[in-house]
Amino acid sequence: MLRTFGPNEIWFLVMAARWTILLSLLAFVFGGLVGLVLAVARIAPWTWLRVIVSLWIQVVQATPMLMLLLLSYFGINMLGVRIDAWTAAIISFTIGTSAFLAEIWRGCLQAVPKGQWEGAKALALDFKLTLGLVILPQALRMALPPTVGYMVQVVKGTSLAALIGFTELAKAGTQMNTVTFEPIRVFGTVALIYFAICWPLSMLARHLEKKLHVGTLRVQAL
Amino acid sequence: MTYTFQFGQILGYWPQLLNGALLTIKLSAFAMVFGLIIGVVCALARTYGNAAASWAAAGYVEFIRNTPFLIQLYFVFFALPNFGIRLDSNTAALVAMSINLGAYSTEIVRAGLESVPTGQIEAGRSLGLKRLQIIRFIILLPAIRAVYPALCSQFILTLLGSSVVSAIAAEELTAFANTLNMQTFRSFEIYLIVTVLYIAMAFAFRAIFAGVHHLVFANRG
Repeated sequence: MLRTFGPNEIWFLVMAARWTILLSLLAFVFGGLVGLVLAVARIAPWTWLRVIVSLWIQVVQATPMLMLLLLSYFGINMLGVRIDAWTAAIISFTIGTSAFLAEIWRGCLQAVPKGQWEGAKALALDFKLTLGLVILPQALRMALPPTVGYMVQVVKGTSLAALIGFTELAKAGTQMNTVTFEPIRVFGTVALIYFAICWPLSMLARHLEKKLHVGTLRVQAL
Repeated sequence: MTYTFQFGQILGYWPQLLNGALLTIKLSAFAMVFGLIIGVVCALARTYGNAAASWAAAGYVEFIRNTPFLIQLYFVFFALPNFGIRLDSNTAALVAMSINLGAYSTEIVRAGLESVPTGQIEAGRSLGLKRLQIIRFIILLPAIRAVYPALCSQFILTLLGSSVVSAIAAEELTAFANTLNMQTFRSFEIYLIVTVLYIAMAFAFRAIFAGVHHLVFANRG
């Protein structure tokens, strides 16, 4: 007996979006923390550290997100360490997100003019102080638009957790599709919910980019 | 931990792994070609088209870029048959990949089109070239050259994203890995080997793109 796709079914999908949002937030927070460390390591004064981190980021960026999920869920479970879909998803998204955010932020850190580093050195600030007091605050402004833009990728990326059995929006969609067999309405609704989450973020990123552009011009005019 | 790694058993399946990898490469390569064509057409519509064409292209780009590829894939595979379009899983995968990449390349190519100086277009017009000739001979190549690195990164993301099409049981590398996982339960070894294959393919594609750049764009200052 097939269910019809009515208001209750739409509500079920909307409620499943909670898990998508929660997973996105966790992925973004953990990925951001690790990503910041990696980004700073990429510009650190120690060559060996820069090389290792650069290699790590390149390898992660060349690995499909889905492989990270499958490896951390099925792989680690098979090794005899019990790991649930939540943990596997968060580990995978942290690894993936941090690599991409690190590269975005490294670009911003390096875009801070060299004179700022030299000025800090003249003031006898060490690497940590230069970073915290001089470089990071300036890089933050530049980093804001691409970071918000990348959040869209994070939200969309969480849909892959459905493939290791994590019940978020995409998985709820496939479940709903099997009981109603109305793929157009079900996946149409799911797509609209994702769009409702992602589009405002995209618009915000674009808005920030424009605003920031004006800001840099003003600084240059001085 | 008392687990004994058995990579040998999995590596014994190398002909099938190779087959899966070849299909992944084939799907990605075709998606790159179709995606670029869609991207160029929509970017032209966005930049030089009339209002209707421009809005249609913008809507397509916004909708695709703000929804997950997995959902687009499900829509192509599960919903299109209701419209009378029944695709086998590999074709559905290719269609979804092309549509997805098309939206991203539209935005990238559009940035390239905007980077072509207006003076060059005016020069073409004063030489009596027609619209299509100006696009073909003056705008397109410099535009694509300007955004070539971004385009290549997007192509690599498409290659990596192709693993998602295993969700509709296409027969590419990840799908074969899943099948093998059911048969042998050597999950860790399987997914590690397959991950290495993806990394190798990504680096190989990057090398090919560098070669293409050398052939097409070098010495054309």
